[in-house]
Amino acid sequence: MSTRTLISPAALARPRGRLLYRLCFAVVVVLFTLAFLGPLYWMVSGGLKTTQEAVQTPPTWVPGSVHPQNYQRAWEVMDLARLLLNTLYYALGALAFQLVLDVAAAYSLSKLRPVLGKAILGMMLVTLMIPATVLVVPQYLTVLDMPVIERNLLDSPWAIWLPSVTNAFNIFLLKRFFDSVPKELLDAASMDGAGPLRVLWSVVLPISRPVLGVVSIFAVVGVWKDFLWPMLVLPDPNRQTLAVGIYSLATSVPENVLIAALTIASLPTLLLFLLFQRNIMGGLTAGGLKG
Amino acid sequence: MSAPTLTHDPAAGERRPRRPRTRTVRTPSAGAGKALRRNVTAHGFLIGAVLCFAFFSWYPIVREFLLAFQKTEDGRVGWTGWDNFVTIWNDPAFGQAWRNTLWFTALALVLGFAVPFVTALVINEFRHGQGYLRLLVYLPVMLPPTASVLLFKYLYDPGYGMFNEVLDVFGIPARQWLQDPDTAMLSVVVASTWMNMGGATLIYLAALQSVPGELYEAAELDGAGLLRKVWHVTIPQTRLILALMLLMQIIATMQVFIEPFLLTGGAGPEGSTTTVVYLIYQYAFNFNDYGAAAALGLMLLVLLAAFSAVYARLNRATEA
Repeated sequence: MSTRTLISPAALARPRGRLLYRLCFAVVVVLFTLAFLGPLYWMVSGGLKTTQEAVQTPPTWVPGSVHPQNYQRAWEVMDLARLLLNTLYYALGALAFQLVLDVAAAYSLSKLRPVLGKAILGMMLVTLMIPATVLVVPQYLTVLDMPVIERNLLDSPWAIWLPSVTNAFNIFLLKRFFDSVPKELLDAASMDGAGPLRVLWSVVLPISRPVLGVVSIFAVVGVWKDFLWPMLVLPDPNRQTLAVGIYSLATSVPENVLIAALTIASLPTLLLFLLFQRNIMGGLTAGGLKG
Repeated sequence: MSAPTLTHDPAAGERRPRRPRTRTVRTPSAGAGKALRRNVTAHGFLIGAVLCFAFFSWYPIVREFLLAFQKTEDGRVGWTGWDNFVTIWNDPAFGQAWRNTLWFTALALVLGFAVPFVTALVINEFRHGQGYLRLLVYLPVMLPPTASVLLFKYLYDPGYGMFNEVLDVFGIPARQWLQDPDTAMLSVVVASTWMNMGGATLIYLAALQSVPGELYEAAELDGAGLLRKVWHVTIPQTRLILALMLLMQIIATMQVFIEPFLLTGGAGPEGSTTTVVYLIYQYAFNFNDYGAAAALGLMLLVLLAAFSAVYARLNRATEA
């Protein structure tokens, strides 16, 4: 940390400055911990309380008696295993479709440069200017009665997977990365007789691991966090995602069981974050964020 | 929040000059055949994504415009001119939804715009623990919004919630956060800020790191205090990022849906949290009036597309 910031190092070096710095630091760390971990603590501990204790006034800071079986109850009553598996299925499918189709499109636009490629990229980027929530209504009608193939995609995983591909931001991010892959490398490969697919697979993709990692994490997290769209296109309770399933069961279970379920629902993305925080936060500041 | 892109510049990749076409002597037909084959391959790679865009992006955009001027009755679609717009205009919820949305956006700008910037300023000053503080701030972004919003509903409960309990420590009387029309929207904004501020904070932190330290030194020689340094050095030096994030914030907050939907059932006490997107949702999925929903959506689209256009222009300026 050698960069010079608002407060001068000279001021910090003085005993008074050092004391003040330490004091401020302590206050901020405590304040941040309370503000960001406090609600999470309330969630985890609320799931451990009895039903009476969870709704008693005034509330208790520490559960009077610990009931880990609430978590088991939430798991069984709300059928969380099924909801989790559904969400995982949608998330991995969306990831696969985005990786295959978006990478192929970005590669084509960056390196193969087809006729009208610029126009197609432009039309993709224009969709970034359209507020997403406005498109929910016509997209829903499209899913109800798919043009050309005339199928109803309601309650089908395709209704999650295919729209997830229309991520102009991903394509743009990938294309920019592919643009930076040296042309000589590709030429050398094709001189050796590699076709475009082979070049993509053995030359471009291995170099692009960082950007692929970022796109993958955001693809999975995107499905995990989405609410309105899966609520509309997956009305069958057996096919719902975790986020939607918990919402629809929220009023039919006791408060402590619901809070336990919220904890369970939060765990997968939290773990993903703790594992990949460097990539996630790096990808965020390098390219922007998608959520 | 949708996609605040720091490096969103459609033109950046396009400035490179075209590959020089200095191929060796070939019969024209063979060259044309090769170019054709190359194009077929290239379009083959593109087709999957293009079809998805066609079905789920481009066609819906066109359809949004068509729907706004159509009415479906007994399965028959007919043109109605501006009727849908008249319908929503005469709905008393229309004015309220726009007022609430603007109020939410205003509050979200005060909180959701200023809080992450100040947070980033504070974190940036510390020589220790930056990683931990950044981790904390970004943690809520990774929670499923359903979980965060339902958690906040529990925290806001007037009887057994944490909020009143914390206030009680400071001797502040309990409040009916979500049930009181005066505080309902503010409560929604606080929850929303907590959930979403992580991304903006990290982007500001990255921007602050690029402010040249000599400028602070020069300001100090002129006798500038802390606030003056922020005002005369930090803010001017980061103003493009600030402007971009401001636009981003406006675009994102005007589309608020899940927070009021889950916290207050959408409308809230006396309709105090009905937002434009919630009204669109109601028209489409509760009243089955897709025309009215599309008309209202089109208004939002035009307004936000204008902001997006400014955003894209500014973004290009940051790249140059």
